[in-house]
Amino acid sequence: MISQLTVFLENEKGRLAAACRVVSDAGIDMHALNLADTADFGVARMLTDTPEAAAKALRERGYRATVTPVLGVRVPNVAGGLAALLEFLDDQDANIEYGYCFSANDGYAVDVLKVEGSDDLEQKLSDAGFQPVAPQDVYRIG
Amino acid sequence: MYYQPDIETMPREQLRDLQLERMKKTLSRACGNVEFYRRSFKEAGLEPGDLKSLDDLARFPFVVKQDMRDAYPFGLFAVPKGDVVRIHASSGTTGQATVVGYTAEDLRNWGDCFARGICMVGGDSTSTIQVSYGYGLFTGGLGAHAGGEALGCSVVPTSSGNTRRQIQMMRDLGTDILACTPSYALLIADTAIEMGYDPATEFKISAGIFGAEPASESLREDIRKKLGIQYCDVYGLSEVMGPGVAMECAESKGLHLAEDHFYAEIIDPETLLPVPDGTYGELVFTTLTRACCPLVRYRTRDITRILSEQCACGRTHRKIDRIVGRTDDMLILRGVNVFPSQIEQVIVGFPEIAAQYQIILTSKGPLDRVELDVETVPEFPFDEIRRLEGLKRRLASELKSNLQIAVDIKIVEPKTIERGEGKAKRIIDLREGSRA
Repeated sequence: MISQLTVFLENEKGRLAAACRVVSDAGIDMHALNLADTADFGVARMLTDTPEAAAKALRERGYRATVTPVLGVRVPNVAGGLAALLEFLDDQDANIEYGYCFSANDGYAVDVLKVEGSDDLEQKLSDAGFQPVAPQDVYRIG
Repeated sequence: MYYQPDIETMPREQLRDLQLERMKKTLSRACGNVEFYRRSFKEAGLEPGDLKSLDDLARFPFVVKQDMRDAYPFGLFAVPKGDVVRIHASSGTTGQATVVGYTAEDLRNWGDCFARGICMVGGDSTSTIQVSYGYGLFTGGLGAHAGGEALGCSVVPTSSGNTRRQIQMMRDLGTDILACTPSYALLIADTAIEMGYDPATEFKISAGIFGAEPASESLREDIRKKLGIQYCDVYGLSEVMGPGVAMECAESKGLHLAEDHFYAEIIDPETLLPVPDGTYGELVFTTLTRACCPLVRYRTRDITRILSEQCACGRTHRKIDRIVGRTDDMLILRGVNVFPSQIEQVIVGFPEIAAQYQIILTSKGPLDRVELDVETVPEFPFDEIRRLEGLKRRLASELKSNLQIAVDIKIVEPKTIERGEGKAKRIIDLREGSRA
């Protein structure tokens, strides 16, 4: 599992910029960003270097920020790459709460999924030939 | 430990005799020295001599806040100017300010009343009490200060504001007891934690005396835990004296009235008739020892009830329950009567929600729009929108079933809701035609 930085934001002008500035001021590099929004609030989910330190920096500045374990899987850049992964998860009775994707290079993308309902998913994925990613594949740990 | 054991544990019969004797004096002094009472008693066809028992008091007319405004500044003073040693005033935010005066003896009695509460939380002459109420015309700071000095504590008069320095003093001086508003106590606790301290274990503080604004049980519990202290609720109002009219003992089940100085009645705010002990109604005070500004049947507009059961702490003075609302901060929302405390009660039932909240009222055409801003507790799994939306839905439906009105819930970032240094502003009324 990889660690995702999650920040609660009010749906107001400038909030996301301000939160990103806090991360940047802490000297922390960001690799992926996903936004979920509702009428009055939003949740920013990010992959950054040293996620715990990023969460701490945000909390110190008064943000609701936490680190959430999520599943990251390397998916080849071919037709049906994601479909095969999702079908496999479905077969394992794993429910996907949310997901997003970022491209690391032309050859493959990393799909990030918040999954509930199945244990040892990473092991099962590896056994089935999928490629779960380790934290150090995505961001700097220390 | 008692501060004045003879008085605080006086047998009830004897206490009632003392009250009657003092009440008679108050009535004759009020009538003899204050034109307002001379006139109002006469209009009611009464003389001070008509008071033969404590129950006879119910025949006498009331005094309301407006009477005090009309008498501004010195109309209700019953002593010559030379005997007045202190003047306090209430803020004039909702109208003309009101002024109250104190003689040297009034101040001594005030100190005694507050000192009883310091003993209730285990304080003595070796204790250090930090007074973080505002000092000034507001009675909070100087009232707590007088209590600390009466008992012989070391009083640290930090007043309110400059929170980090407050915490520095608290730590360096080994404060035992903190006196301030509950919302400021929470701000102090949160700031100390942010500064990297754990005040519950690292600070010497063992008790807090908090008043001047309402506090829900969850806010009280929050403060108790974060500071690791006994929570003493203090009641008072400047018109009657200031903080110390009633204070909460270690049993935490109501506040002991200083019945040797104040006679309390509870009346039905509609019929104005006294109600039996245990029934909620408006709290009415008659002062028994105030020399400068005696009050006969002052309507406080605070809603509570009298708890007359014997208290395990040994004090015989009756208790009042926590104030549940004010007759005049009752909100009328879409024609429904709502007390902010009802909203607070619902919030307390949601452990996912932090103690701070704010109600914002706006007009939406002819209708009132009610928005409730809340924060989640830090542990809440806000990562999932589904859970946040679910929490909003459950809270809205609980409010709807309790208050019979629809409330729009808004989950906000922490610190959006102001943590005040004085009285917390829980309700922001932006409706057209509403009072500021």
